[in-house]
Amino acid sequence: MQATSIETERSTLDQVVRRFRDVLPPDSVITDPQQRRTYECDGLASHRVVPAVVVLPDTAEQVRDIVRICAEHDVPFVARGAGTGLSGGALPHSDGVLVVTAKMRRILEIDLDNERAVVEPGVINLDVTRAVSGQGYYFAPDPSSQQVCSVGGNVAENSGGAHCLKYGFTTNHILALEVVTPDGEVVELGGPVREAPGYDLLGAFIGSEGTLGVVTKITVRLMRTPEAVKTLLAGFPSTDEAGAAVSAIIADGVTPAAIEMMDALAIEAAEQAVQCGYPEGAGAVLVVELDGPAAEVEHTFAEVQRHCEAHGAFEIRVAADDHERAMIWKGRKSAFAAVGRISPDYIVQDGVIPRTALPEVLGRIARLSAETGVRVANVFHAGDGNLHPLVLFDDSEPGAGERAEEVSGAILDLCIEHGGSITGEHGVGADKVKYMGRMFTADDLDTMQRVRCAFDPAGICNPGKLFPTPRLCGEAPGRRRGVHPLTEAGLAEQF
Amino acid sequence: MPTTTKDALAAALGADNVRNATDADAVCGVRPQWVATVDGTESASAAMKIAAEHGLRVVPRGSGSKLDWGAAPTQVDLLLDLSAATGIVEHAAGDLVVHALAGTPVAEVDETVRAAGQQLAIDQPLPTATVGGVIATGTSGPCRHLFGGVRDLLIGITVVRADGTVTTAGGKVVKNVAGYDLGKVYTGSFGTLGVITEAVFRLHPVAAEHRWISATTTDPSTAGELADAVRHSQAVPSAIELNRAEPDGPITVCAQLEGRPSATHDRAAELAATLGHGADVLEAAPEWWGRHPFGPDGIGLRVAVEPAKVPHLLTAVRDAAGDLPATVRGAAGLGVLHVGLPGDADPSAVADLVTALRDRCGYAVVERAPLPVLAEIDPWGPVAPGLLTLMRRTKDQFDPEHRLAPGRFVGGI
Repeated sequence: MQATSIETERSTLDQVVRRFRDVLPPDSVITDPQQRRTYECDGLASHRVVPAVVVLPDTAEQVRDIVRICAEHDVPFVARGAGTGLSGGALPHSDGVLVVTAKMRRILEIDLDNERAVVEPGVINLDVTRAVSGQGYYFAPDPSSQQVCSVGGNVAENSGGAHCLKYGFTTNHILALEVVTPDGEVVELGGPVREAPGYDLLGAFIGSEGTLGVVTKITVRLMRTPEAVKTLLAGFPSTDEAGAAVSAIIADGVTPAAIEMMDALAIEAAEQAVQCGYPEGAGAVLVVELDGPAAEVEHTFAEVQRHCEAHGAFEIRVAADDHERAMIWKGRKSAFAAVGRISPDYIVQDGVIPRTALPEVLGRIARLSAETGVRVANVFHAGDGNLHPLVLFDDSEPGAGERAEEVSGAILDLCIEHGGSITGEHGVGADKVKYMGRMFTADDLDTMQRVRCAFDPAGICNPGKLFPTPRLCGEAPGRRRGVHPLTEAGLAEQF
Repeated sequence: MPTTTKDALAAALGADNVRNATDADAVCGVRPQWVATVDGTESASAAMKIAAEHGLRVVPRGSGSKLDWGAAPTQVDLLLDLSAATGIVEHAAGDLVVHALAGTPVAEVDETVRAAGQQLAIDQPLPTATVGGVIATGTSGPCRHLFGGVRDLLIGITVVRADGTVTTAGGKVVKNVAGYDLGKVYTGSFGTLGVITEAVFRLHPVAAEHRWISATTTDPSTAGELADAVRHSQAVPSAIELNRAEPDGPITVCAQLEGRPSATHDRAAELAATLGHGADVLEAAPEWWGRHPFGPDGIGLRVAVEPAKVPHLLTAVRDAAGDLPATVRGAAGLGVLHVGLPGDADPSAVADLVTALRDRCGYAVVERAPLPVLAEIDPWGPVAPGLLTLMRRTKDQFDPEHRLAPGRFVGGI
């Protein structure tokens, strides 16, 4: 965004703040520079921008009023949930408004008859399950940050988690959304009945990374808690054997709830951090979890064990109870943070490859690491080929950060080369905008942005995220003459 | 230099692939001028570029099995025939993914992947339905209860835009959140946003054993209780269907379980015992399973309620059907059912039934009906104003000149 002049911008923001104070309680409008700084980044601390204004609405009506005020003044806004995102999706706009949904944490309705709940966007993911687990239900999407991340953030990012191999992602578990569109209209996407006619804009909105509006209510699908759950931990000499075991399990027609892999470096980090007691000397471990009807799980579990043994597992531990299961998962779920024990700094990468390309890509990553001297720890959802390489570096060492970035980028290129994706669950946000043009053509990105233009013709909703080159909206493609009004007004740049 | 539209199409596609349309090519009674046959993305793009240059209104067609679904187009100049755009580009068995051209019959894709013990879980009933057709109409079958519908199985898509530009969204890995999930927007869009030319789907393993648990009652409340009991059980049904051949007749509720040998039968027996009401375990699906309760010349409605309100839907049909011999069948577990009527039913009586169901249920869509019925009632029914505005804007963005299947969709889109 380019300001026509700083003065005009300031006076616009002053007007906007005055109008916010008319519709929000005093403590819900934050202009103090120190307090605003609190919100300068989400879970990706390498990108920081202090927002011009922060608002903390408490109701859907307040969200609507905030967005309308922004729309009337052509001021950009960004929605933020719990701030746990890993791609800078909630990175604020320096001349814009940050709409924080943290106060909107009510579970509005639980309707077990129809297996659903209606929640506000600030509700913590795990709190949904906690509210219904006593009755034997749960909310399936389980990102590793589920104890702190918000359902609104899950919707924005189409969050996954370890169990999405079997159960799908957030998009498969949302029935309806109440959203405030960027022009301030309140619209319900989806609804209480399934398969309603019309364009599936619910499907477009989920995973749109806050670029199509702000969510104010979410109807989630609840599932019956599985009758049985069995978890095993298998130690292998190397990732090759572990990968072969994964392929054998899948080829046998087994769909585990989760199959997770960690390599030696990731095991070492987790061991130091949480003493998870993983098999000593393992070059790789697999965590395999099966769930479902007890008779099925028993039968299939034996097969999974057989496949692990047949592919070189030298130690297999089966969780005897919930506590042992929690211990097995503790190492895996703490892996990202644990890497802090073995490296002062690290980049968490998130890319996807076809599962069958796993051995080759892991080999290439190892070679890349050897050639550059940059260490890479691997933790990944092996079942669906979603890699989370952790690229280690020491920022106090000159040039180390840049080298790590290069390795991290080269890993994404590997994913694209193998027909995969530059992100499986963390999103594009601010962090991967520059890679979108490597995965998609300009025409593909232009087509996606036609949806954005339908929702946000003024381009004020989380601008600068997701797409490397903003598409100018507002008129039929190819019909515009002269300078775009948004450019003229200093609200958009044309690249 | 070509001087006429037909010449331009012939020059781009080859004279053998362009012909004048006949009555047999009509879309809901609207006859196009020309039919162009394309064999893939490239030729579809070439055809669409000519269509854009000449301002042609275009309707895509696969096998034509659902060409008379939806509303009649306001006008069609060019019928774009994709029935020759067939073939499986890739079946990556180890990755449980298949990539096929849009004109490929779904049955053929399924047959191919079954050789590797896998399935494309779109168990829709029409034998000739193509990949592009099931995406455009969003049709699947009973097992969407467990595996999800087309929207959930589609992971990548290639679409030719109104101006002929080739675009893709998604990819060939299941886990992928890069960019907007346009596959979902194209699913069920009835050809109004672009021409689908290729698709990538996720596959599922074929279970070793299947069993069906069936119980019959005359009381809608009991039928609802049976469906609810299965839905709330931990049996993980892959489908929960219902069939009622007459508005006031007996109701059969039937659930499908699948899994490992022997374990599945035991689970089915256990579920049957829990349900009571004379529930039986069957080794084969009932003959009506997965079939529409209406034929190619019949009238088919899709009516939905919240899953726990299935008895309410059954009662609404019974109360509003009058003398119409309505069959109700479909996904009791999801609350989405079809109502089938004979094709020669009185159009105004059908319109009255649809209106009554729209008042009492979540929605009632006329999926297919003879022209006299379409003349009586909007097949789609109302869409909330704010939502319709967003849909219209979406249409305007993708097809600013409204040349793709104009008038076929909700709200006259």
